[in-house]
Amino acid sequence: MDTGLLIEKTILVVVIFAITLFIATYQTYMERKVAAWLQDRVGPDRAGPFGILQPIADAGKMFFKEDFIPANADKWLFIMGPGIAMFTASMTGAVIPWGPPLEMFGRTVVLQVADINIGILFIMGFASIGVYGIMIGGWASNNKFSLFAAIRASSQMISYELAMGISIITLVLMSGSLSLGEIVQQQHGMNWNILYQPVAFIVFFICSIAECNRAPFDLAECESELIGGYHTEYGSMKLGFFLFAEYVNLFISSAVISALFFGGYNFPGMDHFSGNALAILGTAAFFAKIIFFIFVIMWIRWTLPRFRYDQLMHLGWKKLIPIAMINLLITAVVIGFNSGWFTKKSAKVKQTEKSVAMMPKAKVDAQANYKINFNN
Amino acid sequence: MSSLEIIATVLGGLTIGSALMVVLSPHPVRSVLYLILTFFLISGNYILMNAQFIAVVNIIVYAGAIMVLFLFVLMLLNLSKDNEPKSSIKMKIAATFAGGALLTVLIAALKDSVILPKTEMLENQQGMVENLGQLLFTKYVLPFEMSSILFIAAMVGAVLLAKREKQIIE
Repeated sequence: MDTGLLIEKTILVVVIFAITLFIATYQTYMERKVAAWLQDRVGPDRAGPFGILQPIADAGKMFFKEDFIPANADKWLFIMGPGIAMFTASMTGAVIPWGPPLEMFGRTVVLQVADINIGILFIMGFASIGVYGIMIGGWASNNKFSLFAAIRASSQMISYELAMGISIITLVLMSGSLSLGEIVQQQHGMNWNILYQPVAFIVFFICSIAECNRAPFDLAECESELIGGYHTEYGSMKLGFFLFAEYVNLFISSAVISALFFGGYNFPGMDHFSGNALAILGTAAFFAKIIFFIFVIMWIRWTLPRFRYDQLMHLGWKKLIPIAMINLLITAVVIGFNSGWFTKKSAKVKQTEKSVAMMPKAKVDAQANYKINFNN
Repeated sequence: MSSLEIIATVLGGLTIGSALMVVLSPHPVRSVLYLILTFFLISGNYILMNAQFIAVVNIIVYAGAIMVLFLFVLMLLNLSKDNEPKSSIKMKIAATFAGGALLTVLIAALKDSVILPKTEMLENQQGMVENLGQLLFTKYVLPFEMSSILFIAAMVGAVLLAKREKQIIE
């Protein structure tokens, strides 16, 4: 490993972390403005022009509040809870491809921290352990309402993870790769996965809102039943971390949705650009998509009422999982049919040809390009 | 000692330490948390052997799903020193025998294994998704399918048990 790569990746990690925190901070402002807009109010407008300094004022307030730990709480786990929530939320950004490669100081900088060949599974892994922050924090508070919230959160996460995983498998079948970099590469131009897999997108979208614990799935912090939910006993910046982790999760899941289904950094007419212009425009397009999805999820939050708990489980287990399964079955059959598995000739077709034949033409080209780039 | 060997040694030591803490920790919830940490460290060991797929699947399945259910149950049980179920001497003897039998099997299985030099571990391509898939669906297809049938049987059994209880209540 050369030193240049090490420096490059370190800078990239710091930049992505800073951008994630910045966007998460301004999501709180955006959420309040969107809520105000949908409810025909003005929203925060005191700190700075248009209230633009409101998140900074809020963060300052959080830091200066009393850092309180309940007497009967498990002290270490009480402190660990928000830390784990924040850690798991910010880890996922490492495998997301943020843009086309950038030419800088005679080097090709890939705008992705780690293009591991199991990128999607990495995201699934961190989505599934994200619940530990809530569980540990809720249990360590030694408060029955926090415990209820922790149990609700964990059962909800486990239920929705299944449908989410199945819809991802459908996508993996289509693209023939588990690497996020390659999946985004294959969606060159307007060849987005949403056009091939609308059902998988709907399932994935609903599940990712549920995994973020956002309304209408925010039963873990349902204030009409559970006071404040899992963070009832928390105050100061520990509470801030929990709330902040939720916004980081929202940002990352919007990024994953845009990368998997809406082409990531690809945009129509991208062939007219090359080099750094393409890199900058692609990254801008990606962030525009992310902000659009953040807005849509906020819109849903301020439009729909919260589910009842049995409705939530009903939707997860009896609606989404069967839909995702049927979608997976149909996709698999269509792919098998296209690659000639049901005709006699199929026996002679080699494995590699099969996997190529099942993709649309443009995808094959994109994959070939990717392989060339990768080998260089 | 190369840097890789240092990492492997530290990681192995941490894994064994946290696995020991699972048994030694007096509080059940902390035990489970140490067990989760152990799974993460085992995943770290897998990554060191260049088996990324197994590492991530280990986290998704064990740390992400099974241990959440463990924690779920333990949190509801409210276990403490006072209401800990007393285990009889018979149970302790049985547990020792069962554990000893498992240890014998593990030692027998590991006795003939070949220890690769650490430098070769990174070039090992066997843990990559493609190679693993090839192996699972060709060489080991029978055990693979058998274990999936076993899982389906267990799932159907669980659903059946849950259903039957409901009918009695009604």
